[in-house]
Amino acid sequence: MQKEYTITVYTEDRIGITNRITVIFTRRRINITSLTTAPTEIEGVYKFIITVLAERSLLDKVVGQIERLVEIHRAFVHDEDEVVYQELALYKISTKALKNGSIEKLIRENAARILTITDEYFVLEKTGHQEELIALQAKLAPYGLIEYSKSGRVAIVKWSRRFHDHLKNLSEQEADDLAEVDYTHGQPGSHQAESI
Amino acid sequence: MQQKDVLPMKPEAATKPAAATAEKLHITGSEAVIRSLIAEDVKTIFGYPGGAIMPIYDALYDFQDEVHHILVRHEQGATHAAQGYARTSGKVGVVFATSGPGATNLVTGLADAYMDSTPMVCITGQVAAHLLGTDAFQETDVIGITIPITKWNIQVTRAEDIPGAIAKAFYIAASGRPGPVLVDITKNAQVAKFDFEYSKCEYIRSYHPVPKLNNEAVKSAAALINEAKRPYILCGHGVLLAGAEKELIALSEKAGIPIASTLLGLSAVPVDHPNYVGFLGMHGNYAPNIKTDECDVVIAVGMRFDDRVTGDVTKYVKQAKVIHIEIDAAEINKIITAEVGVHADAKTALQALLPLVKAAKHDEWIAGFREADKQEEEKVNRRELYPTEGALKMAEVVRLISERTAGKAVLVTDVGQHQMIASRYYRFKDPNTNITSGGMGTMGFSLPAAMGAKMGAQEKEVVAVIGDGCFQMTLQELGTIYQSQIGVKIVILNNNFLGMVRQWQQLFHDKRYSSTEMTNPDFVQIAKGFYIPGKKVTDRADIVAAIDEMISHDGAYLLEVVVEKEDNVFPMVPAGAPIANIRLE
Repeated sequence: MQKEYTITVYTEDRIGITNRITVIFTRRRINITSLTTAPTEIEGVYKFIITVLAERSLLDKVVGQIERLVEIHRAFVHDEDEVVYQELALYKISTKALKNGSIEKLIRENAARILTITDEYFVLEKTGHQEELIALQAKLAPYGLIEYSKSGRVAIVKWSRRFHDHLKNLSEQEADDLAEVDYTHGQPGSHQAESI
Repeated sequence: MQQKDVLPMKPEAATKPAAATAEKLHITGSEAVIRSLIAEDVKTIFGYPGGAIMPIYDALYDFQDEVHHILVRHEQGATHAAQGYARTSGKVGVVFATSGPGATNLVTGLADAYMDSTPMVCITGQVAAHLLGTDAFQETDVIGITIPITKWNIQVTRAEDIPGAIAKAFYIAASGRPGPVLVDITKNAQVAKFDFEYSKCEYIRSYHPVPKLNNEAVKSAAALINEAKRPYILCGHGVLLAGAEKELIALSEKAGIPIASTLLGLSAVPVDHPNYVGFLGMHGNYAPNIKTDECDVVIAVGMRFDDRVTGDVTKYVKQAKVIHIEIDAAEINKIITAEVGVHADAKTALQALLPLVKAAKHDEWIAGFREADKQEEEKVNRRELYPTEGALKMAEVVRLISERTAGKAVLVTDVGQHQMIASRYYRFKDPNTNITSGGMGTMGFSLPAAMGAKMGAQEKEVVAVIGDGCFQMTLQELGTIYQSQIGVKIVILNNNFLGMVRQWQQLFHDKRYSSTEMTNPDFVQIAKGFYIPGKKVTDRADIVAAIDEMISHDGAYLLEVVVEKEDNVFPMVPAGAPIANIRLE
């Protein structure tokens, strides 16, 4: 059954790595719904956070093929309950809307904040899950929403501690035996006993 | 269960230079390329010069005593030659090509080497760094193009990065599951000077080619084998790549297990070994295919369950438990879910497994294969191998080549009917004597691959068996064979058809022979044009003498054998059908 999954990929910092990863999804005809990449807390190691709508069994194979790449440290598939995640959206709205008192309530209820105000427009920021961000977009539409922009997902894995300890060792050129990091593909839950 | 257990090299090994030069040389990037290759013990390069790689060829000029460059006639030929070389020599095949069209001509060979796990390093010239991305003359994004078909690739834009890139390239190409690597070097990097120093690469922190053996998995595998009533070994290319032929045979003999081989696993086990039961797959032998449905434990070693082996995968080995021994973790559970996955190279895994496996005999089970063989013998082999009338048959020609070379030649085959026939009937004696394009099925592979195979094993007889269609895809390499005096024996099995496609048209498209009949040239005359002697044989009475003449000839020789025009390869598992549907006629 198709479901939304978060895939995390830990890579070396190298030109073209995005291409190497995405081409594997392309071959399997999997549409990437969002992709976020940024340096991790470990020097030289990047983290890709990819969301896809696909079947778990297929993703386990895809992740194996990603890990096969020389410059990939590890790649994992996560169920929704294995990650804490957040997305961010910016909403550009006509300043005229501020004259309408009800927008204040909307901003408060949604824990959104105003980043900037000009004569013409103001920009509202909200973080949350995709559904919440889209819901706010719909609510803002009647107020004269000019533009909406949403980020990809950032995620923290709930049971990531031992793996990150390993990565830190890597950065000190003290490569640990990865076998100690009991991350197994296709076995969600098996590693949770080892979590923080 | 698939586990990525890895044992990285100790960091001391990573920092200790393995082959550092005593004092630093101030040299160009191009000279650094050649010196780096020499440091990697490269003796033979297959290549073709052009604008963007000229500085490297200029540097090569000074090292002709140390490195032998074979000038091919097309860059695709260089890649297949490097593949043939790698398979017989066990070394990394090396290719030079220029930018743009030179680089794009490597694509087929890279893809072939990637599918068939052949270690290869291709070095391409590239336009100067400041021109990258500007659509400069002969600029192409070879890195982008080859990402999906290389194990690794890198673009080098500074001379000082050349030794490191080449060191990594050789390490990656040859370690773990071998594969092709491409190093693209911009022209400015080729001409700039720097202080050269070379250290072999022995460690990359994100890459773990030597998995840590999971002893629990090995124990589970042994337990399955010890309890099995009808265990069955499937031998793949990984056995040859790991040099694990002896261990595989030892396992088979100790536990009384029959061995079948994939196309690329052929020659790992001598065909006349009592436990060897034959060739798997679409056009393999009858018994090993049909018996796959009867075994209770499969021991798949260094193979990847290609669809040509499994047929309809939803009906494949459903009754059996599968032990999958494989160096590439991504292959375990990719096609077939393994009861036990052993992530290791074949040799390491089999060495660990052997002492845990109890001595056993499964004589009745093996006898069942011999019983099934009789059907194939009766319905197919006898009339194919020993016909007495009508046109010559491919199988009888292969049988005679096999007999006259005592099964000791390196057999290089192309793709199609002749490939299946040769793979079925050549009686391999020694490991690494079967060279063919398996996963990609690249027509035109064998003539250049045979050149490389001969360069990698000068002492061996190398016989390329080629179809008339395949030969015309890369026949320009006769020029290379002549210029470099490469003593390959070329046998064209000429049926004046693209035989395998025609067979499918006959069986599945109502004999509508759409674009498969060939009006062929005079192949012997073509060879003559390249100063390669040859002969054409059409009569059964002449064939033995012609083969003997070819083998006894010192140097390259082309033998064209006109064979039955509309012959079919049987047995056959129709594409997508379960292997139980194998047809004998």
